[in-house]
Amino acid sequence: MAAASALSNPTFTSSPTRLHHHHSLSPLSSIKLPNSSEQPFKPLISHPPPPCHQPLRATATPTPTTSTTSTTSFHGICYVVGDNIDTDQIIPAEYLTLVPSKPDEYKKLGSYALIGLPSSYQTRFIDPGESTSKYSILIAGDNFGCGSSREHAPVALGAAGVAAVVAESYARIFFRNSVATGEVYPLESEVRVCEECKTGDVVTIELGESRLINHTTGKEYVMKPIGDAGPVIEAGGIFAYARKTGMMPSQSC
Amino acid sequence: MASSAIASNSTPFINQVKNAMTMTEKIFARASEKPQLSPGENVWVNVDILMTHDVCGPGSIGIFKREFGQNAKVWDREKVVIIPDHYIFTTDERANRNVDILRDFCTEQNIKYFYDIKDLGNFKANPDYKGVCHVALAQEGHCRPGEVLLGTDSHTCTAGAFGQFATGIGNTDAGFVLGAGKLLLKVPPTLRFVMDGEMPNYLLAKDLILQIIGEISVSGATYKSMEFVGSTVESLTMEERMTLCNMVVEAGGKNGIVPADSTTHKYLADKTSLPYEPVYSDDKARFLSEYRFDVSKLEPLVAKPHSPDNRALARECKDVKIDRVYIGSCTGGKTEDFLAAAEIFLASGKRVKVPTFLVPATQKIWMDLYSLPVPGSGGKTCSQIFEEAGCDTPASPSCGACLGGPKDTYARMNEAQASFDVFSVCVSTTNRNFPGRMGHKEGQIYLASPYTAAASALTGFVTDPREFLQ
Repeated sequence: MAAASALSNPTFTSSPTRLHHHHSLSPLSSIKLPNSSEQPFKPLISHPPPPCHQPLRATATPTPTTSTTSTTSFHGICYVVGDNIDTDQIIPAEYLTLVPSKPDEYKKLGSYALIGLPSSYQTRFIDPGESTSKYSILIAGDNFGCGSSREHAPVALGAAGVAAVVAESYARIFFRNSVATGEVYPLESEVRVCEECKTGDVVTIELGESRLINHTTGKEYVMKPIGDAGPVIEAGGIFAYARKTGMMPSQSC
Repeated sequence: MASSAIASNSTPFINQVKNAMTMTEKIFARASEKPQLSPGENVWVNVDILMTHDVCGPGSIGIFKREFGQNAKVWDREKVVIIPDHYIFTTDERANRNVDILRDFCTEQNIKYFYDIKDLGNFKANPDYKGVCHVALAQEGHCRPGEVLLGTDSHTCTAGAFGQFATGIGNTDAGFVLGAGKLLLKVPPTLRFVMDGEMPNYLLAKDLILQIIGEISVSGATYKSMEFVGSTVESLTMEERMTLCNMVVEAGGKNGIVPADSTTHKYLADKTSLPYEPVYSDDKARFLSEYRFDVSKLEPLVAKPHSPDNRALARECKDVKIDRVYIGSCTGGKTEDFLAAAEIFLASGKRVKVPTFLVPATQKIWMDLYSLPVPGSGGKTCSQIFEEAGCDTPASPSCGACLGGPKDTYARMNEAQASFDVFSVCVSTTNRNFPGRMGHKEGQIYLASPYTAAASALTGFVTDPREFLQ
């Protein structure tokens, strides 16, 4: 989540760092949740966000990044995996004792991201002795994140410094968890970019244009638009988005 | 084998077509208080039961408190079911702490259904403790036709066996449900699987679902509902229907569902006093596609490493040497799963050739192993038969080594076995065989039915159970 990620690597500069403001959230216990016959919250489309809580996705390089989705870009080196990378490979079950909502354990989850990949992945996602990854963009094949419902999976990637995953397709729960937490952008490619990119290639994602640029090969790829999920992720997840858009009350920012 | 027959253009009765819904769509309609829904619509669904466990509960509780406030109350203390089951019998301090977090929360919130364990040295000293959440939910009467059950575990789909909508969600969604009692969900389109024909005596529901996953792949049902009907499905017991629905997530499915019938009502009769209302797919309901299987022609199957859709006939793998067998989990650790294994051991009269680990899913199942007579055995219990066959003593009920877990988890695949050149090879009644699932990431897991697992234990190779059943 946004708050935790702000704590995760304040000094780390070689991978994208999310600079969400750590704001205090207003407790909701005082509000009465509506009966089931009503819509629980206001429609998603109303109420522009209050200006006080503008999350910022910065990139590691000097590339300027703005706070609006249409011009958000990510720039960095990519790590490439294949099809059906399941949640056990993203974060093996033995590390699930770590509770993602605890900031120190969130950080630890990041240090184990993709540790479950078989030894055939000779270049490891996280270098020995490091707690985050130098790869800020993950490129994958079909059905990324299949397997368990563990939210630790997108959390581990986000905590490791991944800004976006570009896969051919996603398992349902992983996609949903990525959006709900705002940890990573789960982007879909039109073609099998996992066969076109190599680990270490320098890439840029232009989110507004749904474009992936591989600077190492000089090729560009079209991605499917992230759509309405984009602003939710940008806000830092569903709760942050709900507050930002006025669906849930927000304390003085 | 698979045919696709879509009902969309097959009828002139426009109004009927318009109003016709699948059972999953009907459950969504009821839970969102709408008369009519179609696949793809996003609706706020009222949740009947939210289940969480020791692995995802603490994180869900953390999000609930952060977002709704430290003093917030859950939306309904009788609709939250909290089941420690994953990492219980371990000295891992953080795992133990996570159960403590659940206990503190349940006390604070006065949660009605918390199946606690305090004495880790002797599970039997904990009368409230159940074990594996998906089986405990059924045994404790929390799975009811027509309802919506969400759980922080992908195998929550198991409860579709009861004709309810059940699916897995993440911590953040669960934190939301804890406070709000509802969740925004998309209505899934339905794939229908029609299974007819008499089930041969060497097949179990595990073979049926491995057949289906092999057919449609590990992403073949992504975002979709999988509805199981046909004379074979009608003949299945509740536990077998649970096995069928349990693994829909291995095909990417959002939920699996079996229409409730007299078998369902009989199972529920002594487990819940709450009224429930089953729903059924309309004759003219639209299915994205329909697959038909003649079950009488199927053979015992395995899923080879490292994917649940890597289907093969068990007999095709007869040269695969194994070094262990694991019978347990929400998928293959139910009473009937152990009865099936015992049947094989009894029929062979031989002893196992590899370590054979038995992990009953729940305390009740553990009791069954020590009390229920195995048919045709002259009154022997499963535990007696297992002992005579040389199996390990049935372990304390939990998720065990199905998902690896902490290093000291019973039967976990740790280092490569000395007797093998490379890595450990396990035939397992569990649900996943991705790299590292049971611990060691180079370990080889063959998913199979309890029949096939027991037969393989007797030979030390992957073995078709017909070798012992005919």
